[in-house]
Amino acid sequence: MEPVVHLRSAVSLLGRFPALAGVDLDVDPGEIVLLQGPNGAGKTTLLRTLAGLLPVVSGTATVLGHDLRTDARAVRRRVGLLGHATMLYDELTVADNVRFWSRAAKARPADAEAALTELGLDGRLRDVAVARLSAGQRRRASIAVMVARRPELWLLDEPHAGLDAATRDVVDDLVRRAAASGATVVVASHELERATALAGRSVTIVGGVIPGPDEADPDGETAPPDPSPEVARVP
Amino acid sequence: MFRDALLVAGKDLRVEARSRVALNQVAPFALLVLIMFAFALDPDSGVLSKATPGLYWVAVLFCAVLAIQRAFAIEAADGNRDALRLSGLEPAGIYLGKMAAIAAQLVILEVLLGLGVVLLYGTKTAGWALLVCTCLAATAGIAAAGTLYGVLAAGLRVRETLLPLLLLPVLSPVLIGSTRAFEAARNGTPGEGWPWVGLLAVFALTYTIFGAFGFGPLLEES
Repeated sequence: MEPVVHLRSAVSLLGRFPALAGVDLDVDPGEIVLLQGPNGAGKTTLLRTLAGLLPVVSGTATVLGHDLRTDARAVRRRVGLLGHATMLYDELTVADNVRFWSRAAKARPADAEAALTELGLDGRLRDVAVARLSAGQRRRASIAVMVARRPELWLLDEPHAGLDAATRDVVDDLVRRAAASGATVVVASHELERATALAGRSVTIVGGVIPGPDEADPDGETAPPDPSPEVARVP
Repeated sequence: MFRDALLVAGKDLRVEARSRVALNQVAPFALLVLIMFAFALDPDSGVLSKATPGLYWVAVLFCAVLAIQRAFAIEAADGNRDALRLSGLEPAGIYLGKMAAIAAQLVILEVLLGLGVVLLYGTKTAGWALLVCTCLAATAGIAAAGTLYGVLAAGLRVRETLLPLLLLPVLSPVLIGSTRAFEAARNGTPGEGWPWVGLLAVFALTYTIFGAFGFGPLLEES
């Protein structure tokens, strides 16, 4: 079975600096992988690289069968990225945002409505402008956009941040159901207890590299064995 | 591509309808520019009447810069540019959609400014067909070039000041052509204006083609 994510010595640039300094990673279809590591380790950079948003300049990088170095656009339309930014238009309502991004992804209109319902945004909140939402509600709307696009690879960067306990459970349930239906999930989180329960496997990234089994520090708080001095620490 | 363009244009116009930036800020600014010109050039001296076509299009260009900046400011907020890159929308479709939305706003502003020069400057015109064609061709050109330079400037920290510096020199053929055509329409000599409309159409078509191909790489770099 061909892995959904296949990285070998992948180097990714953030500006002019290598933010991923030779990453090896394989993720199989339907797998939920927890990405852990200290602040600035490169978790967000790795997720953005997998989404095709950052250039891979050397090594091998294949996502969903597409070479990230030559065909990043084909990858982008098939992945969903939940990042730190909510990627919503403040002036539009929650429903407008979800409908716009799902139509852009050529998803069915019913998918947008289902996503709104799943995230509890089908009531009063659906017609509220995003600018008037709380941070947690914005996060829910952002997750609804991602769910409505029905991506094959979910890239989640701190998906529980800013959410109440009930919504965190909803998100976990969505992730499990997505994986059960064949989607693949890579989730970066500092909430290790919850994320570990969600994920089938965890990998640690430190200093822009994923150390081998002998080198990995389970707490992820120490420096990498031999970090390249020019490796950028990114949030 | 055209489906994507319609989607993006609809979204941009919906954002504009909700925020009312064009209505509440750009339109009053446009009328203020006309009033300031009237203060600067004594209406009784005849200079204002003679200079009306040029003043009108200068005011349109100022408004266009604001509308274009606004069109890309909404994409700069909260990671929306990344969302556009991830969306699966064709870059040419995004370009045409944003261009159409800017053009639609400009047409409304041009109508308002037209009423302004009639009321404030007492301008009369005989060649309505020429004037309408001039406005449409000039608007398409301004929107086509503006959308291209808008995305170019969008990724830069100094975009608010850089966009006018980049865009206004590029739009000088539009200013010249549309002013000459407006003068011909006002003077009742439309035959002199149509060649300028042709120039405006060529400008618009050229930039639309360049934009459709160049927008994607510029969106990646911004």
